[in-house]
Amino acid sequence: MMEELRELYQEVILDHGKHPRNFRQPSNANREAHGHNPMCGDTLTVFLAVDEAGNIQDAAFQGRGCAISMASASMMTEILIGKTAAEAKTLFDGFTAMCTKDGSNMSGDSDIDPDAVERLQVLAGVREFPVRVKCATLAWHTMNTAFTNPEDGDNSITTE
Amino acid sequence: MDDNFAATLTADDNLAKAFDVETIRKDFPILSQEVHGKPLVYLDNGASAQKPRQVIDAMSALFETSYANVHRGVHAMSQQATDAFEAGRDKTAQFLGAASSNEIVFTRGATEAINLVAATYGRSRLKAGDEVVISHMEHHSNIVPWQMLRDEKGIVLKVVPIDDDGNFMLDAYAELLGPKTKLVAVTHISNALGSVVPLKEVIHLAHERAIPVLVDGCQAVPHMKVDVRALDADFYVFSGHKLYGPTGIGVLYGKEDLLNSMPPYQGGGDMIASVTFEKTTYKKAPHRFEAGTPAIAEVVGLGAAIDYLDQLDLDAVAAYEAGLLAYATEKLSAIDGLKIQGTAKDKAAIVSFTMDCAHAHDIGTIVDYSGVAIRAGHHCAQPVMDRFGVSATARASFGLYNTRGEIDALVDALGTVRELFG
Repeated sequence: MMEELRELYQEVILDHGKHPRNFRQPSNANREAHGHNPMCGDTLTVFLAVDEAGNIQDAAFQGRGCAISMASASMMTEILIGKTAAEAKTLFDGFTAMCTKDGSNMSGDSDIDPDAVERLQVLAGVREFPVRVKCATLAWHTMNTAFTNPEDGDNSITTE
Repeated sequence: MDDNFAATLTADDNLAKAFDVETIRKDFPILSQEVHGKPLVYLDNGASAQKPRQVIDAMSALFETSYANVHRGVHAMSQQATDAFEAGRDKTAQFLGAASSNEIVFTRGATEAINLVAATYGRSRLKAGDEVVISHMEHHSNIVPWQMLRDEKGIVLKVVPIDDDGNFMLDAYAELLGPKTKLVAVTHISNALGSVVPLKEVIHLAHERAIPVLVDGCQAVPHMKVDVRALDADFYVFSGHKLYGPTGIGVLYGKEDLLNSMPPYQGGGDMIASVTFEKTTYKKAPHRFEAGTPAIAEVVGLGAAIDYLDQLDLDAVAAYEAGLLAYATEKLSAIDGLKIQGTAKDKAAIVSFTMDCAHAHDIGTIVDYSGVAIRAGHHCAQPVMDRFGVSATARASFGLYNTRGEIDALVDALGTVRELFG
């Protein structure tokens, strides 16, 4: 029992869950979206500062939720800083596939930063916990919405 | 059970002792299941209760021996099915202490029952500026239908506050009642906190001003004897699946004159007296509100669930569950970093809690690995969560088949949460 639970709750997840990185609202943020999981009440806002060339200069988030959703958001912001918008989209596709599809571990795509791929593997354990997949992907869907609806329109997503 | 606790047993426990939980557990086939290699400890009864063999068998027997559509055929099967179906209505009427079976309207669940009242009574009687009083600890199903009516008609929602322990604030409620109040819609027992609302006083205060009262009894009927006439409730709703019966069946009790004064809900077959293309006349309650083929087997299952509870005696169930609540409260309170959310003076066997080291979802996932099923989330009562400043709680809600040993299993499983997150 403990082995399976430790596979889900790896030390790095517990650490990010308890001490989320980039838990703030950057003053230069120009992309922002709000994500909500109505099933459980998890809620977070992702902030991005993206320059004209599409480089992500800063990424941060605020919100509340379980260890999985907080850790996923925290790790995502660390990985996104310094990436381009195009790379963020590739990471989003790879990460959501990894969380939902058996055998998908992001490593097959040569466009993805191998360091990011390695770091995100710790969240692959959610595949074995179907009801927790949305916890891991909430921040990523929210980030994706911040890019697809950049200026106006409804910048809120829900997992349902 | 530890010795200290045994010493605190009260007079109610004598009644509880007459209650043989091990015999009862044998009636519920699912309780012998294992989850992750551990015996199932089912503590999510507030969401839905498990079904005794008697309910399962009654529904199977209907399909195997007596099934046809009701109120239609002259043939024998239709008559048998109609008799079984209407027997379910009679049992429900007796169970609630209704004056007549005509006061029992079947719906899909408590949610539809409340929506029915909003769509018929609400839409025909309330106008812009009229006020509906609800409480801060309503389930979303007793908030959203009134908000929809507000958006349609311009009525005003007034919310009775709860105190820091989760007690319904009767004085504040009395002050909210005024000449514009046209309906009070309150829960009997909070699904998120377990608080019991002082309904007799609530209804008395409303009736002094001739205001009708709707009660959401979902969490009450499985745990205590309810008598709608003693309460003098105008409407009382509950769901079958929380009462050890099937899903897809709910009950709207309404005083007969009140129901007959209301327009129909949905139009269709079985609710009409006569139809021509020029004019249709409607049946009286309850059939006026039951368009289409009803949930026949589910009503039979609900009747079997009521029979099951009747032979156990709900007063004995209530006493037994009070013992479970006291034991769970003591054991959980002793856990370092655990806070019970909702400590009302009068509580049903529901314990909502948070832990400082872990979010409710993580608690739910971890205890599941010990076979313990609890609810984690906002319990469809987000305003309650906001009131207590939390986004979610873990909730153990007990039923008549739960044991102190299962509470010990929960406490042990929470030790694993500490081990991982502490």
